[in-house]
Amino acid sequence: MHPLISQILAVVAMNIRSLPQRTWMSLATIIAVAVVVAVLLAFLAMANGFRTTVASSGSDALAVVMREGSQAELNSVLMRDQVSLLATAPGIKQDAQGAIVSAELYVIVDGYKRATGSEVNLPFRGLSERGIAMRGGVSITQGRMFEPGKNEIVVGAGVLREFTGFELNSQVKLGNATWTVVGVFAATGSVFESELWTDARILQSQFNRIPSYQVARIALATPGDISAIEAFIENDPQLNLDIWTERDYFNEQAKGTSDLIFYLGWPLAIVMALGAISGALNTMYTSVSQRAVEIATLRAIGFSNGSAFVGTLVEALTLAVIGGFIGTIAAYLFFDGITASTLGGSFSQIVFSFDMSAQTFRQGLVLALVIGLVGGVFPAWRAARLPVITAFTAGN
Amino acid sequence: MKDVYLIMKNLSRNKLRLMLNTFAILTAFFLFGLLGALKGAFGAGIELSADNRLIVVNKINFTQPLPLAYFNKVKNVEGVKHVSHANWFGAYHQDQRRPLVGIAVDPPTYLDVYSELRLESAAIDRWFNDRQGMIVGEALARTKGWRVGDRVPISSNIFSKADGSHVWDMVVSGIFSAEDKQTDTNYLLFHYKYFIETQTFGDDWIGWLMLTTDNPQLNEQVAKDIDALFANSAAETETSTEKAFNKAFIEQIGSIGLILTSVVLAAFFTILLIVGNAMALAVRERTREIAVLKTLGFTAARIFRMVLSESIFLACLGGLIGTVLAYYALLGLTNVPQIRSILPNLVMTGDIFAAAVAYMLALGFVTGFFPALRAMRLNTVDALSRG
Repeated sequence: MHPLISQILAVVAMNIRSLPQRTWMSLATIIAVAVVVAVLLAFLAMANGFRTTVASSGSDALAVVMREGSQAELNSVLMRDQVSLLATAPGIKQDAQGAIVSAELYVIVDGYKRATGSEVNLPFRGLSERGIAMRGGVSITQGRMFEPGKNEIVVGAGVLREFTGFELNSQVKLGNATWTVVGVFAATGSVFESELWTDARILQSQFNRIPSYQVARIALATPGDISAIEAFIENDPQLNLDIWTERDYFNEQAKGTSDLIFYLGWPLAIVMALGAISGALNTMYTSVSQRAVEIATLRAIGFSNGSAFVGTLVEALTLAVIGGFIGTIAAYLFFDGITASTLGGSFSQIVFSFDMSAQTFRQGLVLALVIGLVGGVFPAWRAARLPVITAFTAGN
Repeated sequence: MKDVYLIMKNLSRNKLRLMLNTFAILTAFFLFGLLGALKGAFGAGIELSADNRLIVVNKINFTQPLPLAYFNKVKNVEGVKHVSHANWFGAYHQDQRRPLVGIAVDPPTYLDVYSELRLESAAIDRWFNDRQGMIVGEALARTKGWRVGDRVPISSNIFSKADGSHVWDMVVSGIFSAEDKQTDTNYLLFHYKYFIETQTFGDDWIGWLMLTTDNPQLNEQVAKDIDALFANSAAETETSTEKAFNKAFIEQIGSIGLILTSVVLAAFFTILLIVGNAMALAVRERTREIAVLKTLGFTAARIFRMVLSESIFLACLGGLIGTVLAYYALLGLTNVPQIRSILPNLVMTGDIFAAAVAYMLALGFVTGFFPALRAMRLNTVDALSRG
């Protein structure tokens, strides 16, 4: 083996083995790095989970049509005539019953959070069997689908998890009517799992909205291509509507909140990382000054500057990586998969789960390594430059 | 005075360590300052709500309307002092991706109910007499650069006019502020009459009612009476105090705020732990010197005081710089329009500052106490022979 490498290995091994002599300082550094990494990962998991939930809700094969300028389903109004007119547009997928269009009503009702008992806004959507069929991936996990014309609802799996009173077969008062929960549905983790669904006509009559809907969903003849329908809307003065592909619509809806989490998470992590770096620097400088005699002795008997440098740097990196792993594991145990809910773009609750992707883990480890590197490189420099004679006199 | 000199010398003996420790404490208190302001901003709606103000909304959900007739009925309920009503407009100005808070109100009664709003009497007259007049909160006016007399098109993402357009012409009659700096003034108010007569949704309905009671003790009774009045009607009501209403609304944003605060708080205490450890270590390294001081005739109490003062001084040094930086960072943040639109009332209050100072003293005391105690009890002979 190359003599420099064996020197370095010897010094590294010596430094690592002497770590227990500096238990408290080393432990403090490890904890600091662990907390910083855990905090960053928690934020990233939150942003990631929210984005995954909302973005996965949208499909390229569907388009969403709302009143011009309304931006969110809650604000929009569509009249029945407009929906019928829209169904004649080109570019819509057809089946045996004609153009595949789902006119939906969207109202907000009160629910109560399981965790805190506080009152929250829940989205209550009226739609048809066609509307359910056109969304891929909806499956009933308990009970059955609602029957048209009856006061029956099915609830999303997220609703059942986060809010009270929606268990199968229970009676719920929503608006001025009483409804029976006849089923629970899963929808591939999308925002629809935060909703209550019933037949559109019964919802219209119970909430006095007879001729109106709020949004129309359209199955596109060519996925992603809304240009034909857009042109059709443009040319008809009765249709002052906006159209997006469903994917674009949900991405836009998710943007604000996930940006907020993301842009809050990183700066916080950076400020905290600076704190942790100064902690690491302190530890490493102490380590170097405590080992001054040792380092000087090694240098005096022929070890190179490089081995002193690398030895100290590796010690810092080791502490940081241990901290990084502890932080990652802690974040994973505490945060991965926990569900939370917040107010989404339509003024109603969106239930989502914290989601740690491989990329989040990578970012956490990179942060730990950066802390270790910055915290180690300056003390390592000092160790390498320590004049042999000063070291012996200072250690006296 | 000689002690002060010694404390300073001890602090600055290892300049690098002093710098690192100060910096770590600084980051901790910087975070604390930001976090405190953030928490305050989330909670301001609750903290600053008037004791005797109630909100009446549709029982189904507050996004459902109420009949205008409820206004007069509620006015006659015993214990009600002033009542006003409001409609959510879904306002935006030019860019529909940047919604504004715009509310259609009945001007005279609104100002009665929200008496903490400050508006010149000339502006009040202008507003009352101009059907297209609106008043704008100073935070919003600053973001948009609006001045009194400006003619501004305000659009709605909910309502349309008979001609199909969504744009209402309005004139800035005045710019209002509020007594307390944390009060949210990031909204605009305009005439209900102008709104209801031009929109196409239907006539004579309102979004919600707000009222003040003669006395906060009457709140519960008044709320009960109002809800009883409309029980079993087509639009049942739910009356709650403004405080409870705002709290429920903030809770809807929910877990995010809670996670944010608890996580940052954990980080704050971790940094304190690290610094405390480093500071304690610094004193331990000086065992021999302290023994020398004792030999020179320094009393145990004096040494205890010196060591403790040193750590308290260090904690306050880093802490104060961090808090001041947080103050300026907050000033900078509130000048960014995007942030002001989400968190309009991000300020460092006296309370946050006081809490920060308390933590600094606590940090200095806890980290200094045990080393100081150790130094005080130090056996001179042992300490000297150990070296």
